[in-house]
Amino acid sequence: MKGRGNLVAVSAPAAAATDDLMRELVAHFREQRDTLRREWVEQMKAKGLLAGLTPAETETESVTIYDTCVGCLETGKYDGAQAYATRMAERGVLRGMTPEQILGGLLTLRDVYGRSLFHRYHRDIARLSAALDIYEPVANKILAIVALAFIEEREKVVREEREKLVRQQQEAIRELSTPALRVRERLLILPIIGVLDSHRARLLTEHLLRAIRANRAKVVVMDITGVPNVDSKVANHLVQTVDACRLLGATVIVTGVAPEIAQTLTAIGVDLGRIITVCDLQGGIDEADRLLGYRVIATDPGGPSFQAARAQEG
Amino acid sequence: MSDDLRLPIKSDADVVTARQQGRELAARLGFGECELTLIATAISEVARNIVEYAGRGEVVLSLTDVNNSPGIIVVARDEGPGIPNLELALRDGYSTHGSLGLGLPGARRLMDEFEIVSEVGKGTTVTMKKWLPRHTMRFPLSPRR
Amino acid sequence: MQVPILKQGDYLIASVQAVLTDTDLLELRDRLTEQVGTYRARAVIIDLTVLDVMDSFATRTLRALAQSLRLRGAATVIVGIQPDVAFAMTQLGLQLGSVATALDLEEGLELLRRQERRGGSHVR
Repeated sequence: MKGRGNLVAVSAPAAAATDDLMRELVAHFREQRDTLRREWVEQMKAKGLLAGLTPAETETESVTIYDTCVGCLETGKYDGAQAYATRMAERGVLRGMTPEQILGGLLTLRDVYGRSLFHRYHRDIARLSAALDIYEPVANKILAIVALAFIEEREKVVREEREKLVRQQQEAIRELSTPALRVRERLLILPIIGVLDSHRARLLTEHLLRAIRANRAKVVVMDITGVPNVDSKVANHLVQTVDACRLLGATVIVTGVAPEIAQTLTAIGVDLGRIITVCDLQGGIDEADRLLGYRVIATDPGGPSFQAARAQEG
Repeated sequence: MSDDLRLPIKSDADVVTARQQGRELAARLGFGECELTLIATAISEVARNIVEYAGRGEVVLSLTDVNNSPGIIVVARDEGPGIPNLELALRDGYSTHGSLGLGLPGARRLMDEFEIVSEVGKGTTVTMKKWLPRHTMRFPLSPRR
Repeated sequence: MQVPILKQGDYLIASVQAVLTDTDLLELRDRLTEQVGTYRARAVIIDLTVLDVMDSFATRTLRALAQSLRLRGAATVIVGIQPDVAFAMTQLGLQLGSVATALDLEEGLELLRRQERRGGSHVR
C-alpha cells in the first residue's frame, strides 16, 4: 500500500479501496489541471495575493506548486514540497512577501482542490468524505511544511540582521575607543569619549596595555572629561585599568574628573587613592612631563610654539 | 566537536599542564591572546584548588557549540573534603588556607559562566565556560614577545 | 627548572626562562632570600617576560618575597609582565601592592639607577 502507510487501521480490502480512490483523485487533479490552476490564480489575484509577481512568474510558480501538491498526494512523500517550500521561503522573504501572501495562496489552492472534489463527489456523500479523508491530511501537511520553512527563513533573516547590528555597534565602539596618542617619547594620551561600560573598558584596557608596550610608555594621561555618568562602576573600571598599567611599570594620570563627580565618588566610598588625578588635561601633561623629567621651555616666549627638552637628569 | 581532554591533577606540575592544555585547546577554537590568558589563569586557579584542598582530582577540557556559539568548557572535579559554605568561598578575600582567597571568585570573574557543586565529605565540581566572542576584534598593535 | 640568578654589581637578576610551577617559584623565593644576604645585594630584579599566566599563588608569593627581601635590605623590581597577563591579573583582582614594576629589564635597571642618583634610598 504504497506511501499511505500511516492509515494502518484500515483493513486490507478497505486499504485497497482507499488506494484506488487516491489514484482516482490524482487522475482527477491532473485532468483538471488547467481549469483548476487558472481558477486558483484568479482567486489569488482577487484576494490581492499576487502583489509583486509578474504574470510570467505567476504562471511558472503556480504550475510548479500545483504539480508538487499532486505529486505529494500520489507518492505520499513530501521531499518535493519541502525543497520547494525552502526555495519559496528564501525568495519570498527576500522580496518582502508576507506570510499572508504565501500561506493565503496555499489556503486558496486547498480550497480550489476541495471544491472540485465536492463538485465531483457531492452526490455520493460516503465517497466524498473518503476523498476528503485522503486529500485533507496531504493539504494540511503541505501547509505545515511551507509555514515552517517560512518561519525558519524569517528567523534566519532576523538573526542575520541582529548580527549585522551587533557588528555595527562594535564598529561604533571601536571608533569611540580613541587610540592612545603618543605625545612625546614615553608619554601617551588617552582621551576617552562616550559611555564607558565594562565591555568597552575591557577593550580600552587591552588596547592601552599593548600601546604601552609598543611605545615603551612610562606615563599615560587618561582624560575622562568626555565620559558621561561617571559612577562607582566606571570608577572601578578606571582603577582596574590604572592597576593593569602599573603592572607594566607605567604611571597613569587621570584628568577631567569634574568636581561633583569627585564628591560623589568620595561619598560612595570609591577608593581613588591609588590614582593620580589632575584637574585638566594640560595639568595632566605638565605632571607627566615632571614625572618623565622633561622641562617645557618656550623658544619664542611670545609665541605659541613650545618645545620639549630633556631636563638635566636624563 | 568532541574533544574531551581528561587531565589528572595531583601536583603543582599538573596545574601547569592543565592551563597549557586549556590554552592550546582554546586557541584552536580561535580565542584571542587576551582571552587565552584569562582562560589559562582561571584553569590555574581551579586546578590549584584541587591540589591545595583535595590532594588529587581531574580537570576535563572540552569544546562546545550550542546554538552556533562555540566555547570552551572546563570542569574541575575532586573527591576531597568539599566546601561547607559555598557562599563564603565565592566571596572575595575568603580563604581557609591563609591565602588571598581570590581563587574561586577570581576564576568566576575571568570566565563567562561559572557553576560550583560541592558536598562535604564527597567532593567539589567546578564547571566554567567561556564563549568565543562572535566578532572577535583585534587591535592591530604589536605582537606579543 | 631552576631559575638562573645573575649577579650584576649590587643587583641580583633572576630571569625566569620557562613556565614556573609552584615548587619552582618557592625554590626561587628561598634562593633569592638567601643570596641577597650572601652577595649583600641592594636590589633584585625579577624578569617575568616569558610567563603567560600569573595567578593568585604566583602573585601572593612574589609579594611576600618582595616584603621579606626588603627586610633583608634589598629592593625588588618586577619586570616584563605581558599586557595580557597584566589584564588577567587585574580582572582577577590581583595587585602587586607596593612592589615596583617596570616594562623590561632595561627599564628596571634604569629605575634602580635613577633611585640611586636620588640619594641611595631604593624604591619601596
